[in-house]
Amino acid sequence: MIAQLTRNERTNAILISLAVAICGFLLGVVGRGDPLAIHGALIFVAGVLMIFRLGKDYFAPEPSDERFAHYYDDPSKAAIVLAMIWIVFGLAVGDWTAWQLVNPDLTFGGGWSSFGRIRPVHTTAVIFGFGGNGLIATSLYVLQRTSRARLPDQLSPWFVVLGYNLFCVLAVTGYLIGITQSKEYAEPEWYADIWLVVVWVVYFLIYLRTLARRKEPHIYVSNWYYMAFILVVAMLHIVNNLAVPVSLGHAKSYSLFSGVQDAMTQWWYGHNAVAFFLTAGFLGMMYYFLPMRAGRPIFSYRLSIISFWGITFFYMWAGSHHLHYTALPQWVQTLGMTFSLMLLIPSWASAGNALLTLNGAWHTVRDDATLRFMMVAAVFYGLTTFEGSFMAIRPVNALSHYTDWTIGHVHAGALGWVAMITFGSIYAAVPWLWKREGMYSAKLVEAHFWFALAGSVVYVFAMWNSGIIQGLMWRTYNESGTLAFSFVDSLIAMHPYYVARAVGGLLFLIGGCIGAYNIWMTITLPSPAAEKTVDLPLPRPTGGLSPQPAE
Amino acid sequence: MSIFGFHYRLERKAIGLVIAIVVVASIGGLVEIAPLFTIHQTVEDAPDMRLYTPLELAGRNIYIREGCYACHSQMIRTLRDEVDRYGPYSLAVESKYDHPMLWGSKRTGPDLARIGEKYSDEWHVAHLINPRAVVPVSVMPAYDWLLATELRTDDLGLHLKAQRAVGVPYTDDMIANAPLDAFGQSNPDSPQADGVSKRYGNATTVRAFDGRPNELTEMDALVAYLQILGRLTDAAHRPIAQAEAGQ
Repeated sequence: MIAQLTRNERTNAILISLAVAICGFLLGVVGRGDPLAIHGALIFVAGVLMIFRLGKDYFAPEPSDERFAHYYDDPSKAAIVLAMIWIVFGLAVGDWTAWQLVNPDLTFGGGWSSFGRIRPVHTTAVIFGFGGNGLIATSLYVLQRTSRARLPDQLSPWFVVLGYNLFCVLAVTGYLIGITQSKEYAEPEWYADIWLVVVWVVYFLIYLRTLARRKEPHIYVSNWYYMAFILVVAMLHIVNNLAVPVSLGHAKSYSLFSGVQDAMTQWWYGHNAVAFFLTAGFLGMMYYFLPMRAGRPIFSYRLSIISFWGITFFYMWAGSHHLHYTALPQWVQTLGMTFSLMLLIPSWASAGNALLTLNGAWHTVRDDATLRFMMVAAVFYGLTTFEGSFMAIRPVNALSHYTDWTIGHVHAGALGWVAMITFGSIYAAVPWLWKREGMYSAKLVEAHFWFALAGSVVYVFAMWNSGIIQGLMWRTYNESGTLAFSFVDSLIAMHPYYVARAVGGLLFLIGGCIGAYNIWMTITLPSPAAEKTVDLPLPRPTGGLSPQPAE
Repeated sequence: MSIFGFHYRLERKAIGLVIAIVVVASIGGLVEIAPLFTIHQTVEDAPDMRLYTPLELAGRNIYIREGCYACHSQMIRTLRDEVDRYGPYSLAVESKYDHPMLWGSKRTGPDLARIGEKYSDEWHVAHLINPRAVVPVSVMPAYDWLLATELRTDDLGLHLKAQRAVGVPYTDDMIANAPLDAFGQSNPDSPQADGVSKRYGNATTVRAFDGRPNELTEMDALVAYLQILGRLTDAAHRPIAQAEAGQ
């Protein structure tokens, strides 16, 4: 890792680590007596460890200019390994959380281990830890290939990968010690939020600087999505996290907005975290890895334009469907519902574009579990977006909101779409990145696929059932015109479905562990394949496998 | 064709794409969020609206810290069964001082928007110590350790100050006396108790919430917060005819 950096970059890296360590030290000092001190210490230790690591190899020989003849993939490799660590951790915590609803005593008596604290650990670990690292890894990989240009330098991508993971660690450890803003999927407090902005700006600059050096005249569709992901997530993150800290020595802050305005801002953020973190970025992934793996060009260039701009425009209006029948003015609810319905068009255009790309390659889908991961992901994407538009209709939402149906819907998207497309892309990218003939075991990829699919289906069906039963019980009246069921009645009815959900999650976790093992074996066993001549950052005639705009 | 022709040229310009993405993605939020700050009817008037006391605010922060919002909503929708089950539907003004709002998105447990004074302090303490002692099938975690955790009060003034910075009208007097008021509210026989009613109104609940007036614990704060939920204003309880006549 450090041998690849120039002397200049090593010096800058030490200076950055020093700045991080100093910030951590200061937070620790001013935050004495507050949980902030723990995070200050954590940041300080992270900075100091980096300084020692860099110092150890500081005088190692500089890399030769030969490096410019290759893409710079080390940060992508690290991010893939980190993504797999986060998914195993995140799924394990998620399943533990699920079992707590079966048996609430599984907290083992600790305050840190109660449902309310570990639930955001699960969501952050899987969305930001796994999803985010998967996006960073693949975006840097795809950006270089589709631009036929090397990353502009070697330090900034490492800063993004390590800085981003520091943010994730701050987030996850924060919840356990009671640091949270309570805004769903935006729980980290002000100092972690500021740090993420710094990391994000560097990430965006890597994108612009690499694109400026590209040797392809057109920017490939994957990069539109990755750019929309980076840009819009920055907008959402900054606006939704505007807050005033109690003091510089307190982790706690109070959000700038309150009540109805805060609710609308939060769900504008929340729904578009789904749109631009969990959809746009992963569509970027799909638009590269699916055609590459299938060996076929994207079915329609025009469909990809329509779906891209449709998603970028319509999604931003849809957040208010989280607030139907609430104190949010009805006109905003109606706008949210309307745009949620229109959103089905670009969503299905994307899913259709992906599936039609596979026309002529269905025999490969049958034989290749990696491509099947991506195909099933596209199917789940189509199903989940249909379900989402349906649930955004006010009267449907009257039944589904506040119930487990929402949880089922989210997991159809998260397990079926996001995780599956990421696993498929990682299984495709790992042999390419580490110069291997293929994965360590194709059978284990196959096993992972079936565990993941079975887990998703069991999970989603359990939550559909519990959610709809819950919703119906809450609104059932008896002949005398009073409510037929108490809340506790509905809770008792949930029990079998909570068991089924936890089992489904366990299946998905087992699949994730198999995947992590398979990837680990692939990258540690030495079996270097010949470097692909088409996989070099030079302007050269493209082969049939290279994705190009269809026109 | 011309649209696709335009796009064919646009996708060759990185900065052009960036600007287009930012513009296209900004419109929805601007149209839906900005007017909520300017249209007066968005938040109803409630002259009787009172502020969270320092103790209630501290309790609210414990509610946030423990992630209670993950399972309990505080937003009763305008649906017949919700009004029958939980009480009058929630108004925007009721969370006017909620930075951030805790409307929630999931009801693994029941809505809490009108839980205030529905159960006794003793019930809440018993329930928080062991939910299954009062609701045998409950899946809520136990929070018995709140009773053994002393509440941090020395920085409550800073909390109120930060709240004022985001728009909650706390006075200098309230800020200066925040730690004392927190103690006084949970210890009715103490000399500090009078100041609470003086600063926050006579309707303020001054009680030994966890049953032990001499110790100020996190249990006191959380129960004080739960007991004020839905009671900052009675705007939601006013007859509909009266509300309509007012428009």
